[in-house]
Amino acid sequence: MGRLLEGSEIALAKLITLVENNPAGMTGVMPMIQHRLGKAFCIGLTGPPGAGKSSLASQVIKALRSAGAKVGVIAVDPTSPFTGGALLGDRVRMQDHYLDPGVFIRSMATRGSLGGLARATKDVIKLMDVFGFDYVLVETVGVGQTELDIMQTTDITVVVLVPEGGDGVQAMKAGLMEIGDIFVINKSDRPGADSMAVQLQGVLQMNPRYASAMPPVMLTQGTDGKGVAELVEAVRARQAILGDTDLEERRREKRNLEFEEILKWAVVEEWKGLAGSDEKLKDRLSEVVEGSKDPYTMLREIFPYGCIRPLTD
Amino acid sequence: MEKKRPIKVLVAKPGLDGHDRGAKVVALGLRDEGMEVIYSGLRQTPEKIVQTAIQEDVDVIGLSCLSGAHNRLFPEITSRLKEKKMENVMVIAGGHIPEKDIAFLRENGISAVFGHGTPVKSIAEYIRQNIAFNL
Ligand SMILES: Nc1nc2c(ncn2[C@@H]2O[C@H](COP(=O)(O)OP(=O)(O)OP(=O)(O)O)[C@@H](O)[C@H]2O)c(=O)[nH]1
Ligand SMILES: [Mg+2]
Repeated sequence: MGRLLEGSEIALAKLITLVENNPAGMTGVMPMIQHRLGKAFCIGLTGPPGAGKSSLASQVIKALRSAGAKVGVIAVDPTSPFTGGALLGDRVRMQDHYLDPGVFIRSMATRGSLGGLARATKDVIKLMDVFGFDYVLVETVGVGQTELDIMQTTDITVVVLVPEGGDGVQAMKAGLMEIGDIFVINKSDRPGADSMAVQLQGVLQMNPRYASAMPPVMLTQGTDGKGVAELVEAVRARQAILGDTDLEERRREKRNLEFEEILKWAVVEEWKGLAGSDEKLKDRLSEVVEGSKDPYTMLREIFPYGCIRPLTD
Repeated sequence: MEKKRPIKVLVAKPGLDGHDRGAKVVALGLRDEGMEVIYSGLRQTPEKIVQTAIQEDVDVIGLSCLSGAHNRLFPEITSRLKEKKMENVMVIAGGHIPEKDIAFLRENGISAVFGHGTPVKSIAEYIRQNIAFNL
């Protein structure tokens, strides 16, 4: 733990493994880092498969590095539900930064988590934050629909789309449109980028989320970095607008949601432990499993007074 | 009780040859065997491979080299790992590696050398049986 704060990459890497493999791993770590959190600004990159998120991430890293900022990267790829295996390929696009001591790239597999991120993503962001990165970049798996997870995890979300009509319209329908603070049409070297931008703006204007302020719509090229300086500028502008108070407001909401998530996890873990060992609970559960008892009745039977009691001091 | 967790493997191609078909087949095959596989790209220097292994905290590094430079590159990788106190990472190798070099490579920290055409299943089996989880 001390070595993490001293800047040991190996210590950071091992701690990430710990929290990735065992959610309870944070129990020992958090009390020591909680008061140091909140310095890093966290940027999410999401969008359909192959839109160029990793390529763009690499360009964004480059721009942030040239301004002297240190950058941690979390790149998430999907786990196969059938084999449990995963091919983590985002890193290949970030090769320029492999040896840069100011950049730390970590690939993560979703391991059954559904929202486009790995379960431990939030914890890994915290570890990178205390390690001393100025920015943490999070790339989600390629997603086609609304993925609220990223929005509830990062300080701002960049939605990456491509000009190809089909994909673009699909994405608009699917509701990726509601989660972005900044929208990017990548692969803008391809035909249709400008008209896609116009279409996109039209869609965004109709969305109540953006009634008070329209999010920027930008054109980029992940391959050669065109438009990336402007993108990073927009991120910084956004960071500045959020300032300390709005940013803190957003983070408060996120901490609340995060606690609810951990609560659910803890209750379920406790349940699994008990139901595995207690014969009476096992019998009751088998009634639910067999279909002879409905789950709501079961819930009332095991928690007649609710499962959490008010604190008494 | 030890929680079951996926084995993490870095498949890397040191050296200057530009053929990564074999490496990709192995990467996909190990994924299908339930492992988390990081593919880091062509023409990786030993320094880059070790840096990636550190950041990703992998259990295994699979090296593929077709250029003939394995006797220089592989030991450089294992000695860098040692320098970083990462010698418990298992290093295995494949590609065009003549029989006569295998003893030398094994002396230099390469756990196993798989000949051309070894089924990925056997490689996965070897990994599962010889890995020492350090958790
Ligand atoms: N023409 C063109 N191709 C691009 C551009 N940006 C990225 N690409 C290419 O698009 C392909 C996919 O890029 P990635 O960066 O891997 O895309 P991704 O969104 O990270 O993909 P997943 O993580 O698999 O969802 C690669 O072949 C890139 O070279 C661009 O601006 N123009
Ligand atoms: Mg990617």
